[in-house]
Amino acid sequence: MNNKFLILANSSSAAFASVPLLSIGEFRTNLIQAVQEKHCRVSSFFAMPEKNDFRLIAVLADDAAAKIYITSAMTTERYPSLTVDVPAFHWFEREIHEQYGILPEGHPWLKPIRFQKKEDGSGDKVQIGVTDYFQVKGSTVHEVAVGPVHAGVIEPGHFRFQCLGEEVMHLEIELGYQHRGVEKMLLNAPDKKTIHIMETVSGDSSIAHATAYAQLIESLDPSLVPSENARKLRAAAAELERIANHTGDLGALAGDVAFLPTASYCGRIRGDYLNTTAILCGNRFGRNFIVPGGIRQTITPENTAEILKRLDTFQVELNDALHLMFDAPSVLDRFENTGKVPYETSVQIGMVGAAARASGDAQDIRKTHPYGAYKTINTEPVVAGNGDVLSRAEIRYKEIETSHQLLRNLLAEIKETVEAVPMREPVLQSNSIAVSLTEGWRGEVCHVAITGPDGKFCRYKITDPSFHNWFGLALALRGEAVSDFPICNKSFNLSYCGHDL
Amino acid sequence: MKFEFNHSIIWGISLLISLLICPLLPGIINKVKAFFAGRRGPRLLQLYYDLGKLLCKGAVFSHTTSGVLQLAPVVSLAGLGGCILLFPFGCAASPLAFTGDVILFAYLLALGRVLTVLGALDTGSSFEGMGASREIEFSALAEGALFTVIAFLILITGHFSLSDMLIGFETNQWLRFCAPMPLIFGAFGLVLLTEACRVPVDDPETHLELTMIHEAMILDYGGPDMALIEYGAALKLWLLSSIAVLLVLPVPGSSMFWNILLYFGGVFLMAILIGITESVTARFRMLKVPRMLTGALGFALIAILWIRIFRGGLL
Repeated sequence: MNNKFLILANSSSAAFASVPLLSIGEFRTNLIQAVQEKHCRVSSFFAMPEKNDFRLIAVLADDAAAKIYITSAMTTERYPSLTVDVPAFHWFEREIHEQYGILPEGHPWLKPIRFQKKEDGSGDKVQIGVTDYFQVKGSTVHEVAVGPVHAGVIEPGHFRFQCLGEEVMHLEIELGYQHRGVEKMLLNAPDKKTIHIMETVSGDSSIAHATAYAQLIESLDPSLVPSENARKLRAAAAELERIANHTGDLGALAGDVAFLPTASYCGRIRGDYLNTTAILCGNRFGRNFIVPGGIRQTITPENTAEILKRLDTFQVELNDALHLMFDAPSVLDRFENTGKVPYETSVQIGMVGAAARASGDAQDIRKTHPYGAYKTINTEPVVAGNGDVLSRAEIRYKEIETSHQLLRNLLAEIKETVEAVPMREPVLQSNSIAVSLTEGWRGEVCHVAITGPDGKFCRYKITDPSFHNWFGLALALRGEAVSDFPICNKSFNLSYCGHDL
Repeated sequence: MKFEFNHSIIWGISLLISLLICPLLPGIINKVKAFFAGRRGPRLLQLYYDLGKLLCKGAVFSHTTSGVLQLAPVVSLAGLGGCILLFPFGCAASPLAFTGDVILFAYLLALGRVLTVLGALDTGSSFEGMGASREIEFSALAEGALFTVIAFLILITGHFSLSDMLIGFETNQWLRFCAPMPLIFGAFGLVLLTEACRVPVDDPETHLELTMIHEAMILDYGGPDMALIEYGAALKLWLLSSIAVLLVLPVPGSSMFWNILLYFGGVFLMAILIGITESVTARFRMLKVPRMLTGALGFALIAILWIRIFRGGLL
């Protein structure tokens, strides 16, 4: 294993030269072996131009050993596809093909995922969503196209259903409408803008992405060391983000089955948690809080006391609102056995986060690859087994509870004022690679940075949990009623912009 | 003769009042739902404002549609217009009632629905097609339950006109047959929720096209046509609630004043009841609705069996 992979701990760095450079054959065999035999997960897989060729870099997470494995291979135009053996590579290989024109030979469904131009700017601009779709033929089969513009206030995405009556035989999801070129903007960074880009990779996961970035910078610039209390406050902000989003999603689920009381209460209570986040961050969505080296706001003991006080009221109210829903047989009937993703499928396609835990996969970066304050605080992943909408709802319900507990523990330990750290330009180790994983409220957020000789990023790869899970949503719909799509969709609530970057 | 004249006047006045205040019903339902959700909710008179706004607007129609799309709202409302002439408003028999008019009543309602469905198919939109298919499936099943309820009424009253069967039975007769009444009320209640497109069958407030039934079929309307549809929906809800009220209201008493008060009070009470139902239940799975409607048919059949077995009732 040792000479085939570079082994790293979460949020650490190494010289880029220490990443093994294998032949394509060896590269494939090792990756397949690691995933199939060692049960590693594919955290990230991307290409990087090097000289006239491309270097493929794979990042695997070994949850059992709390290690991250990195390996690489050179390729020119084509290589035998990995998806055939490990379906979790499916989306990544499509991305690489789209960005660099590298052909994974034998890939079963090679289409663009964002309809972007090639990374070097060559090639034609592709019209988003204009492509071949998987089709079911027959006189009684009908096709329903939804989006990219939706009726609600949500992000744009195109959904193509192949239906037999009310039954969905296949759903294909086309995204890319939110592509902004985030990774391209991060070349030659970090600079003053970088942290703001990170906070807006996916606006509802600002803390998760900013923390991943900050840890990455801290591993590349040893002079930046956040204090213990700053780490705790970062974790506290992450937990607040988790509670607020889970609350909003559970409310939205209730709204989709026309169960209004919980929908309205949760809408209001989510606002309460966002307002509480503003005590920490000065912003309801967790912006301007995290900075490499610490936090950007001065937090006094009065602040933390105020948050703790508010939590007591909110948690009771939230519990009442959620009990209404989880005690209503009509709601449970809608949720139970709807949109099932079996454990095997979830593992095979590499689902992460709450959705994977709902299918019985006990992965949680806070536990398996602890970082920051989670190193000292023990958290057990909340797991459910059925993989249906009810499981995904219950996971959120239970995580709200554990997050409250974590928040209380974290904040109670902070006795003195935590000073803000000024923003300063970091000096990064040159020619290095660093990986940082965090557990956002949707799941694993993976940031990988590779620095050049000048200590600036020459490749920065962001993998949002949505990137792993969108395909899971498509599979969840197989054999379901088309009218159950909204609750399946809400139970995942994936990010469009986090995927599209 | 003088009595007959009075009767017609009361019917006419009740009809006019009903036409004027039927847009209040959705307002009341929304207020009740808002109360359960801890919100203030839209104004009681919101639908009046909406209707006024819609009537001031123009309408846009897709070039790919034929005239059916534009015909549907007018025919639907005209069908309802026919229905109201046969209905015993204010517990007073309609002057236009005739033997067997209940069949005309049921199919005038159906006529409007068929035209709405054809209008939806006319647009060629996949959402509207799905909505139309669901509407036809559910209303076909609801029709069975509705006619079984009507059969029950004919059996206990011996009358074949809507007016007579709803208000034509005596107090002692009602008492004799009150035992299966909850079943009949339940069966009709489910038909009402289906026909009026309410939760748990349909969700009038959803924005999710994939889950819509009635709302999906009217996606292409705007302006005055939308006003006709909205008003028609309120009027239909009023008519169906009225039937439910007259089903359970024992008998028209001798006092006209009380009859009218009970009638209008009952209809508003129905709206509150619908509001409460919508607040405490989630919407059913689409596949479960046919089962629910078959259940409604079962209720009505059991009620009929009951009165056949116990003939004169248990008392």
